[in-house]
Amino acid sequence: MTKYRVKGKGRVNHAKPVSFTFDGDRFEGVEGDTVASALLANGVHLMGRSFKYHRPRGVVTAGSEEPNALIGTTRGKGQFEPNTRATMQEIYPGLKTESQNKWPSLAFDLGAINDRLYMLFSAGFYYKTFMWPRSFWDSVYEPFIRKAAGLGKAPSEVDPDSYASRYLHCDVLVVGSGPSGIAAALSAGRAGSKVVLLDEHAEMGGTLLSEPSITIDGKEAWDWLEAALAELDNLPNVTRMTRTTAMGYYHQNMIGLVQKLTDHLADAPTAAPRERMWRVRAQEVVLAQGAIERPMVFHGNDTPGIMMAGAAQTFLNRFGVLVGENPVVLTSHDSAWYSAFDMADAGANVVAIVDTRPEVPAALVQQAMKRGIDTLVGHTATGAKGRLRVKALRVNPVRHGKVGPAQMLNCDAVLVCGGWTPSLHLFSHTKGSLHWDPEAKVYLPGHKTENVHIAGAGRGLWGIAAALEDGAKAGTDAVKALGRMTGTATYEVSNDRAGTGITQKELPTDRSAGKAKAFVDFQNDVTAKDIRLAVREGMKSIEHVKRYTTNGMATDQGKLSNMNGLTIASDALGKEAPQVGLTTFRPPYTPTTFGAFAGYHKGKHFEVTRRTPIDSWAEEHGAAFEPVALWRRAWYFPQAGEDMHKAVARECKATRESVGIFDASTLGKIEVSGPDATEFMNRMYTNPWTKLGVGRARYGLLLGEDGFIRDDGVIGRMRDDLFHVTTTTGGAARVLNMMEDYLQTEWPDLKVWLTSTTEEWATIALNGPNARKLLAPFVEGADISAEAMQHMSVVECTVGGFPARLFRISFTGELGFEINVPARHGKALWEKLWAAGQQYDICPYGTETMHVLRAEKGFIIVGQDTDGTVTPLDAGIGWAIGKKKPDFVGKRSLERPDIVAPGRKQLVGLLTDDPKTVLTEGAQIVDDPNQPKPMKMIGHVTSSYWSEALGRSIAMAVVEGGFDRMDQTLYLPGESGKPITAKVTSTMFYDPAGDRLKVE
Amino acid sequence: MLLIHCPYCDDTLPELEFAYAGEAHIVRPEDPSKLSDEEWRDFLFIRTNVKGVHAERWRHINGCGRFFNALRDTVSDRFLTTYKAGEARPDMTQLEAAE
Repeated sequence: MTKYRVKGKGRVNHAKPVSFTFDGDRFEGVEGDTVASALLANGVHLMGRSFKYHRPRGVVTAGSEEPNALIGTTRGKGQFEPNTRATMQEIYPGLKTESQNKWPSLAFDLGAINDRLYMLFSAGFYYKTFMWPRSFWDSVYEPFIRKAAGLGKAPSEVDPDSYASRYLHCDVLVVGSGPSGIAAALSAGRAGSKVVLLDEHAEMGGTLLSEPSITIDGKEAWDWLEAALAELDNLPNVTRMTRTTAMGYYHQNMIGLVQKLTDHLADAPTAAPRERMWRVRAQEVVLAQGAIERPMVFHGNDTPGIMMAGAAQTFLNRFGVLVGENPVVLTSHDSAWYSAFDMADAGANVVAIVDTRPEVPAALVQQAMKRGIDTLVGHTATGAKGRLRVKALRVNPVRHGKVGPAQMLNCDAVLVCGGWTPSLHLFSHTKGSLHWDPEAKVYLPGHKTENVHIAGAGRGLWGIAAALEDGAKAGTDAVKALGRMTGTATYEVSNDRAGTGITQKELPTDRSAGKAKAFVDFQNDVTAKDIRLAVREGMKSIEHVKRYTTNGMATDQGKLSNMNGLTIASDALGKEAPQVGLTTFRPPYTPTTFGAFAGYHKGKHFEVTRRTPIDSWAEEHGAAFEPVALWRRAWYFPQAGEDMHKAVARECKATRESVGIFDASTLGKIEVSGPDATEFMNRMYTNPWTKLGVGRARYGLLLGEDGFIRDDGVIGRMRDDLFHVTTTTGGAARVLNMMEDYLQTEWPDLKVWLTSTTEEWATIALNGPNARKLLAPFVEGADISAEAMQHMSVVECTVGGFPARLFRISFTGELGFEINVPARHGKALWEKLWAAGQQYDICPYGTETMHVLRAEKGFIIVGQDTDGTVTPLDAGIGWAIGKKKPDFVGKRSLERPDIVAPGRKQLVGLLTDDPKTVLTEGAQIVDDPNQPKPMKMIGHVTSSYWSEALGRSIAMAVVEGGFDRMDQTLYLPGESGKPITAKVTSTMFYDPAGDRLKVE
Repeated sequence: MLLIHCPYCDDTLPELEFAYAGEAHIVRPEDPSKLSDEEWRDFLFIRTNVKGVHAERWRHINGCGRFFNALRDTVSDRFLTTYKAGEARPDMTQLEAAE
């Protein structure tokens, strides 16, 4: 048995030893221990180094509010987690843990030099220390800050664990399973409500686990607890969840829960999720989260061995661990007296109880005397001796505000209680208001915004009897709010430990307060002096004090420090606490893994992949793919030994020389039908549609109401009252949404129906001089000869035996057809065309070749050559505007002053002086390369490719006043060497006359 | 996640099914060409950006697909009511009286 384990005490299994490692050393605990309790059983208090000063730190709490004892845990490959609270991590055989923020070792840490340089790190040091000289920034300050920043080390490998996610609906959700939470769950459960009771610890009971000497309804506390939990388990309408944290409280009573499933297991079941995120929608919520004990602020209050009195009581009663053999108790609240009594009764030699209050209840003093404990009432603590472990506490009497002579109390632990702060973090998430209780000096719940009930210590109530009564009432109130009637249970409690206390600023001292290292925020190393300095330097609100000092900004969100910081700040400002304010708590309540948030949405499940009906053919034929919106599209089809550049050059050449085949199925397709379809199209698109005959097609341009290009695509008129609209691949949903918006809300009188048909059709594009020769034998019911079927037309027929909408259009400049067949026939038709196309050396091409071929013709890609600030005139496609139409979406904006002003960026061609140089897309353009930096950028490259057909590079760019700069030389400064020079040209690089469309 | 009442489905459903669509009751002018530059600018860009009750459009995009209007308090992020497109903005005093 380890030295500090007390036989027969606690709820751990003394008969089951469990060994684990801490910083490589083996330690023995027992089943039921946390890392903290097991280390304490071995006499280890030193568990970490502080963030800024690297001061040695011991564990100070027994719960999730722990600021100091943060450790790294390793469960296996890729399963390293930093900043785990040693007070929450249960031990299991083989667990590996390590301390943080130390080098080379926890006991001897070179970073502790910061502690000697504390003048450099005072409040606001971020804004002061690293200011000058300026040249120090790159070489000294930034590397230093980067090295020092961050708590613990980030995991470097992919997390192999899985995380689950579920929804849950219940009548009453009870957060916290102390006496008030259990009483609430019993009330609601007995009334038949669907109840969920949860607790972040491995075991339910809360305070009851640390108070075994109390009796409830004639039973010892733990027997009562066992019976109560058994009753809850027997109610089919009640669910209990342990190791579960309510991490956020959102609108309309939605609460996020994170349930830890495997972190406490030596052998987790294969494929079991590590954590599960629950999204709970509760009709009523009961918050029974208790209160958090506050430290006292005095010089050296962070020395290892100094911890919260309530934590010491928990370590003793729940884990059977004595945190010291000769403890001193330092308190301003009755509760710590009981901790002292429990310690004494368990065999500790309690050196003294030091109480800062001038008077304490006589009954407490009597009980102390009975146990032979010295009491020093009306005293202050002014220092602690010891570096890696406290050796003595320096205390002085305080009489009429004067600090008297000091005495040293030798000890190996100091148990501190500076009062209790109601835990209202979740309530704060709901934006419920808090009101200041000037007597108790605490914030209590005020106005509520959700269907929530707060019970027990969260309302400032103290003692088990009060907690049970209040919890029972909260449970009953929740049931009544659900419209059911129920009675309220009552509980008989004896040996209760009700009590009161006071809240204080930093303790009075006989030494220089300016030299005191009296810590308020342990995790961020903020001292009382820092907070006073912040106030002196002009910070008047607690929000400013917080950000200037970083008080409460660490991962514990100031659970221990906020109230002490506020009390000191309000003292420095000479204002009451409510006038100084209170910082807002935000989710998550405790640090939460990214995995829990991501849940199933990772890897292949991160987002859906849309595939065309022809996708499998492309895969079989070795296509490289690229993502386009949610689609994966064939990018190019490399042959043996080809890189993308070579493959694209070959695909371009083959298409221009004979025939290429392209899967265009991802194009968005919308059917616009109804008696008012033409009118609707006239109002939506810039182009005129009235005179477009049935069987004809037209390039359609869609603007936003602001006049900027939103989308484009070829639109075919199938019937008088039916248009086949195509959109860009990425724009399909957006365009349909925009059409629906206008149709439903602006023009509800129009008789028009909109149907998304993107996935109804497979679309195969054939381009090249032999396209018609290849296609014609497959076509029935239509004449596709040059005379019968002109460029920009559409016909319904069959192709390869499948019903088809056949367009003659071209996005390449070659003779082109786009064949739409029902999606289920897409691959079959593709294979027929592929087989027949062998005689023409048919070439499949992907999106990269499509991009090159269209760029050679100067066709724009919306979203690549336009960016939401480009008008049709800017893009050089003013011809697409139906000038005679009275109105269309965006028309009025084309007359806006800024749109007609000179100097707008316009889309032009760019030809580099060196034909082999292919510009980088996005490259910035200047007109004078010799101007001083920063240069004035007049535009940027939007598209740039190697053109196999032209044997040189081509590019498109938006350039200020570009249309007036034809033949002008512009410059593209690069990272090194001379700027690249290029001439402004038309964007029509290839076959400007369009002769290649005219194939007989 | 908010729960939103779709006035067409007459059902209260998770926010995931809905998409925000900007301020409500901004009617596209009958004949935009008659508007001055300033009037057109106001129609395009000027929004009330209220702190408090905001009339706004939502679409039940992953449901019935209809656009509808809502009154939402931008401070508390609470929906006060939702109503069909084309209906007048409900009178707040009546809403409050009903509560």
